[in-house]
Amino acid sequence: MAGNRYSRRDFIRMASVAALSGFGLSGVSCKKADLEEFLQKHYLEMTEEDKKRTIKRLEEKYLKKYGKQFTISTQGAKPGTLWGYGLDLSRCIGCRRCVYGCVKENNHSRYNPQLHWIRVLRLPEGSLINLENAEHYYDPALVPEPGYVYMPVQCQHCENPPCVKVCPVHATWKEPDGLVVVDYNWCIGCRYCIAACPYKGRVFNWAEPNIPAEELNTAVHYLGNRPRYKNVVDKCTFCVQRVRQGRYPACVEACPTGTRKFGNLLDPNSEIRYLIDHKRVFRMKEDLNTEPKFYYFFGL
Amino acid sequence: MEAWRFYKKTLVLVAKGRPIYYCWCALLLFIMAVGLWFYMKQMETGLIVTSMRDQVSWGLYIANFTYLVGVAAAAVLLVIPAYVYHFDPIKEIVVLGELFAASSIVMALLFVTVDLGRPDRFWHLIPGVGKLAFPDSLLAWDVIVLNGYLVLNVIVPVYILVNSYYEKEPVKSFVIPLILLSIPWAVGIHTVTAFLYNGLAARPFWNASILAPRFLASAFCSGPAMIIIIFQVIRKVSQIKFSNEALFKIAELIDYALFINLFLLGAEVFKEYYSNTIHLAPLEYLYEGLRGHHVLVPWMWLSLTFNVTAFLLFLIPRTRRSLPTLNIGAFLIIVGVWIEKGPGFVAPGFIPDPLGEIYEYFPNFTELAISLGVWATGLLVFTLFMKVAIPIVRGDFVHSKYAKIASKIEPK
Repeated sequence: MAGNRYSRRDFIRMASVAALSGFGLSGVSCKKADLEEFLQKHYLEMTEEDKKRTIKRLEEKYLKKYGKQFTISTQGAKPGTLWGYGLDLSRCIGCRRCVYGCVKENNHSRYNPQLHWIRVLRLPEGSLINLENAEHYYDPALVPEPGYVYMPVQCQHCENPPCVKVCPVHATWKEPDGLVVVDYNWCIGCRYCIAACPYKGRVFNWAEPNIPAEELNTAVHYLGNRPRYKNVVDKCTFCVQRVRQGRYPACVEACPTGTRKFGNLLDPNSEIRYLIDHKRVFRMKEDLNTEPKFYYFFGL
Repeated sequence: MEAWRFYKKTLVLVAKGRPIYYCWCALLLFIMAVGLWFYMKQMETGLIVTSMRDQVSWGLYIANFTYLVGVAAAAVLLVIPAYVYHFDPIKEIVVLGELFAASSIVMALLFVTVDLGRPDRFWHLIPGVGKLAFPDSLLAWDVIVLNGYLVLNVIVPVYILVNSYYEKEPVKSFVIPLILLSIPWAVGIHTVTAFLYNGLAARPFWNASILAPRFLASAFCSGPAMIIIIFQVIRKVSQIKFSNEALFKIAELIDYALFINLFLLGAEVFKEYYSNTIHLAPLEYLYEGLRGHHVLVPWMWLSLTFNVTAFLLFLIPRTRRSLPTLNIGAFLIIVGVWIEKGPGFVAPGFIPDPLGEIYEYFPNFTELAISLGVWATGLLVFTLFMKVAIPIVRGDFVHSKYAKIASKIEPK
């Protein structure tokens, strides 16, 4: 068993990479964990054993860095699930609780820069399609303001995601349950996916994330909310760490008005299916053929 | 043994020169060192030290990359008119053109590298070892065609030069197909680079079919304009005789390309302004300013003025056929096209962003220093190429001379 730990391909990979990248490593203290991280395989090519090793290494790394014991899940998609999201535009009051609920749950950088997966747009009533009228940084004393509609936008988890198509190294892909995820250890930081996304669903870690240790969420998923690295891309995962355990995404829980709905599109009895069947729903920029699994509707 | 001697002599050739050569190299090395220092800072802190943000996620680096791919393509495409019009000296034009293309590609690849967040993971791009997303990602296509082009443009001139060194005629059946291959390949690299932007439905400014033709037209302006300047410099510092006629002919060809480029710009302007949809916004941002944001407006008008002036200079025979005005025209094109195709092309793709936000991007000092460092690297590479290539094509650096000297020195 131990003898089979490394296949011939692994050997070739490691040998050639080590040779080619000698310059990249020289000067850097070449610790074993660093080398292992450098040579880490693509997530989808890892065996269960590889995953265990990687998780152990990452947990040790986070413990050292943040002084907290993380639990990194690699739980896969449940068969028969395809996650879909519903957003009731007539209920949203623009309070941005979802934005900050997401920041906390998903271990976003808090400052320099503060990173958000959800953006709430404020649109003047009567204009919903032309986003050039959108205001991102509205800041009144009280919301909602009369005369405006609020439209939260996040990754739409397209069935036909342009960001996945353009990635030059397959660092991002669509999971069997429809979630578009990123392997933060495989992304080379070219930002082509950011250019390709019509929804601004992707954000870049322009610097090392700044998260106060006491605010860390230590229950994380490898493909989701584990602390990220500088100079790699990340994005909303519909809280993969929660939804695969049967919980709602953090933004759904944070919303005080019941604007946000979530469920399994393949389950005819789910709330999301009820909404699609009984409300008049639309999806953002449907003309681009991206087939989002994020449905906007007016419940009232 | 012989190869070793060639190699050694090459090093000597590169290491020895007039004071102006040393000054030039020292200047380039200094700019490179400054660039490297800023790059190390960028790596340490992250790309946050640049002006790029999520709204405008590509900037000066990718702008330079786009421009240089065009320059590299055009340098080789010059081989066609050189053959058709019997430019003299054709061998020199092929060798210098391809070495210039190779230097430009080196710069283009370096610009992508300095833009990468995680260059340490570049091995993920190596097919078979990493996970290159070919043929899905146009960036994967670009990696392949650019590296292939680099190899091609190193092999051909080096092969010709080494043969010249040994005073042999290059084997035509080997080298001619490679030269011919490099011509469609040149069109290919620039088309692929245009498609890289063109395929993004999220960015209406780039998502226009006119993009690839316009890329080629503008490349045919800036690349040959640089060649006009470089040939004159080479003529000055060496004995290679480029005729003025060849330079004037190149200027004439540039003028056709410049006309097509201006015409295509006009076609874009008409379509956007007449139909007046929300997709007018990027163009409005460039030439008028959008909702109070107009950082690029003066630059775009400067670029347009430069291009139109150069078009007229190259159109009128008297100004085209006089070296001072020819050089002014070439300079105007190099700068005019750079503005149009660099910052004037990359930034407005992101402005306004897909959710309507306007983030005004203007490169900061870090980006400027790193970009200058990359340009200096390319110029140094080209200088060193020339330092070896010129004596060889001139016939001063050949095997027999050194062989004779060597046989005198070495005791039998």
